Amino acid sequence: MTALPSSLLLDWKRIFKWGSICAAALLFVSLVGMPIKLDPKSIISPLLSLGYVSLLWLPLIFGYVASSRVVLEGVETRKPGLPDLLTGVLTGTIGGAGLTLLMLGIENFDIRDPLINWSPQLLEVLAFGARDLNSAVWIGIGGALGLVGAGLHLIPENLRRGASYGFFTVLALAIFEPALDDMSEGFRLEWLVELIFEKRGGLKLWPAIILALLIGLISVVTKGKAKNAVAQYREQEKSQKKKTSVVLFGIVAALGIVLPIFMGTYVNSLLANVGIFLLLALGLNIVVGLAGILDLGYVAFFAVGAYTTAVLTSELSPFFAPGMTWVLSLVFVIILAALTGLFIGAPVIRMRGDYLAIVTLGFGEIIRLLFLSDFLKPYFGGAQGILGVPGIDLGVVYISGTDTRGIFYLVLFFCAIAVYVSWRLQASRLGRSWMAIREDEQVAEAMGINTVNSKLMAFVVGAVLASFAGAIMAARVGSVFPNSFMILISIVILVVVIVGGMGSIPGVFVGAFVLIGVLGGPKQPGLLQEFGSLKLLVYGMLLVYMMLQKPEGLVPSARRTQELHQEEFLQDAWLKGTDDEDEEQTAAGEEAQI
Amino acid sequence: MRKGEKVAATVEGKSKRRTPLVDRFLFVVKVLLIGLVTIGFLAFIAQQISPDNWFAKWRNPGATGLSGDQIKGLVISGLSQGVFYGLIALGYSMVYGVLGFINFAHGEVFMVSAYTGYIAANKFAANGMWESNFALCLLIVLLLSVMVSTVTAVLTERIAYRPLRNSPRLIPLITSIGVSFVLQNAVLGIFGPGTQGYPQLPEWLAKQRSILTFEISGIKILVFLVTIVSMTGLWYLVERTKTGKAMRAVAEDKEIASLMGINVNRIIVTTFAVGGAMAGVAGVMFGLLFRAVNPMTGFLPGIKAFTAAVVGGIGNLGGAMSGGLALGSAESIAPQLILEPLGVPGVTQLKDAVAFTVLVMVLLFKPSGLFGERLSQEDRA
Repeated sequence: MTALPSSLLLDWKRIFKWGSICAAALLFVSLVGMPIKLDPKSIISPLLSLGYVSLLWLPLIFGYVASSRVVLEGVETRKPGLPDLLTGVLTGTIGGAGLTLLMLGIENFDIRDPLINWSPQLLEVLAFGARDLNSAVWIGIGGALGLVGAGLHLIPENLRRGASYGFFTVLALAIFEPALDDMSEGFRLEWLVELIFEKRGGLKLWPAIILALLIGLISVVTKGKAKNAVAQYREQEKSQKKKTSVVLFGIVAALGIVLPIFMGTYVNSLLANVGIFLLLALGLNIVVGLAGILDLGYVAFFAVGAYTTAVLTSELSPFFAPGMTWVLSLVFVIILAALTGLFIGAPVIRMRGDYLAIVTLGFGEIIRLLFLSDFLKPYFGGAQGILGVPGIDLGVVYISGTDTRGIFYLVLFFCAIAVYVSWRLQASRLGRSWMAIREDEQVAEAMGINTVNSKLMAFVVGAVLASFAGAIMAARVGSVFPNSFMILISIVILVVVIVGGMGSIPGVFVGAFVLIGVLGGPKQPGLLQEFGSLKLLVYGMLLVYMMLQKPEGLVPSARRTQELHQEEFLQDAWLKGTDDEDEEQTAAGEEAQI
Repeated sequence: MRKGEKVAATVEGKSKRRTPLVDRFLFVVKVLLIGLVTIGFLAFIAQQISPDNWFAKWRNPGATGLSGDQIKGLVISGLSQGVFYGLIALGYSMVYGVLGFINFAHGEVFMVSAYTGYIAANKFAANGMWESNFALCLLIVLLLSVMVSTVTAVLTERIAYRPLRNSPRLIPLITSIGVSFVLQNAVLGIFGPGTQGYPQLPEWLAKQRSILTFEISGIKILVFLVTIVSMTGLWYLVERTKTGKAMRAVAEDKEIASLMGINVNRIIVTTFAVGGAMAGVAGVMFGLLFRAVNPMTGFLPGIKAFTAAVVGGIGNLGGAMSGGLALGSAESIAPQLILEPLGVPGVTQLKDAVAFTVLVMVLLFKPSGLFGERLSQEDRA
């Protein structure tokens, strides 16, 4: 037997595994160009920029992961201690060594030909702007961050909570800086913004520290209160619950109506973008989230809405230009979108789920190609699209495409309709049949649900909601082009729905605000415009991460969670013993009542 | 009328009335599609007989007909395009056969290989070796690219798909969409946007040759040869080796295969590796033939290759290759053969639309593909 106490033995295999993954991740992030691209976005001026955050969080996280221990039920786990700290430090060190090697490589070899980021610029960022910095400094930084990561296991929970809340507050403030800047003018709070933010971007050092401490403290003090409030809300009687919901909804609606008056063009146009994608995502949520139909050609309905509006309202439409008002054209938009939904839905409705996904993707591409082709050019203008789509004349007010506030109100109105429709549908006969189909189509059919009609209805409802977004988009941009309707949009909307939580309306809101608001849509800039083309990479990674770790989304719907983790639930029930069976039955009964 | 008859009559009446609207609609769609194809084809024949024929002029007053050489050219370009779809389709088909999900990122594996080939070939060209010692360079480029694409395929399996082995079918599909996004944009971020060019081919390979009255460039002959060699290799692997037998067993039933002492995980990795290698061969050949790659290169060929796999019957390797050839020919010939006589202008732009229409038609008329699908019992459900 070894003389060493077992607590001092390190799991070297684990360290090397996580260390090399960390190094690979750091190299990948550097070579993809994140540090260079994100460096201009300052978080704490002049100490920290987003470019460095994109590097520094990796050793921290990997240190944390490498030093966390598997907790097995019923098996005594040893207390975290020195070996864990060492594990973290070593993991971070190996990761940092990767960057050191990269710096040495850039100094001595020139392979910029294929690798565009193998550049002096990257070297400068990695050397913190100093010309003659020893590249070994990254080994130290990696080790230190790994130590911090491992240390997170050791410190008391309250401290950990406070620290993370403080950090994320500062990060969020820095991300929201352009929006806060824009809003402060409306509220006459310029002095507050000047107090916190540097003129050239980023938080000032001392306000950042004070804010982080403050928020950290508040988070510790109010710990668990939010959860309690939610639990309280859930336990309320039905009538009481309804009342609270109405009050909450009223507050949100009032905020949505009043706030834009105080906000500038920047925030309003940002919100209008978010709103258009939110509308699309709410529609896709019905198709994918409720009915479980993976429609990858969802952008087709967006295109149909936009083109119908453009043809009917624009004087410059090449073939048929009735010059209708936007409101009147909306009637035709609804009819045509519903027909397209039926037309695309009918052939695919009986296919296997995965074939359906590819075929709808094909339809989405076909519709774009048709709009683009010479074949339909006399009708839809081909690649030049249709120009001169007028603004929206509501009789009382006229909303031009550049009036971002008006467009935002319009989007808000349609989002409200979409939320109302999805909320009412969810509990309706149709909604319940959708969920039954999603869970098991054959059983649903055996229970007497007309699966074909229900699925077609999902297509139609989703199509109509997407066409609203298209109609608004056409009026807002003032023109439509076939290349605004790439398959990419379908996939971005899918990511929004999945990150938020399939089948959950609040989830879709969170997804749209976080992804479209912060990162931006495929072509629309978000708060972090620095991401540029890298945002699609982030979207892809988020999609993979969510599917692997949290397929039910950030704000999951309860039923969907149960479906995805059915085995775990069954296992839990089995572990708890037989007396839980009654509970399950009552739960099932309650659901049936709902 | 006796009671029983009455009941029977009502039941019959009801069942008649119960033909769902969707089916009637689909029937109309099918008739329309077949009608269009037939009319287009007949008009083509009419214009081939004589362009002044009234039937040829009916939809397309400017009908000129195609010369024999034009048709041969279309067939050759269609087949050489189809070879790529076939090679990529093998990977889709094998993974679908074994794991039962569409590996959406497979087209990106193809793109990664084309990129590796471009980097290696350009490095050789910079040294002057590309001209002086072409065959050796090509071999190295091919081996390197196949290696990289194989590693990419295996890595995606390890990171993204293995943890999802037992989840509902759509979850790995959505994940693979994410993987495809990541690969595309990682390549875009690391190697920069924009289209990159392969170096010039040597004279003897680029020049046109005449084989059996078909005018065909040397590089296309090379593409066909390499495809035949790799298909033979694959056939040998799947049908004649123990690994191949194990692969077929895993595709049939994973549980029973593992009871028979087959290491299922290893077989699945092998499947991904072989699929990746085939896509790798296709990637380099694609680069040599079209001499241009960009990060989006893999997207459309990927989806069309899946179409090819479905056309040939998914899970069926011979079917995947023939499906690829069929799809390539269809999208090359059909615009000129069916759409042009119907008076559609700018038909070549509709190439991709034709490919997707072929997918829809196959799934409408014969969902199991032209040569029959080979799937395990659970995947067929």
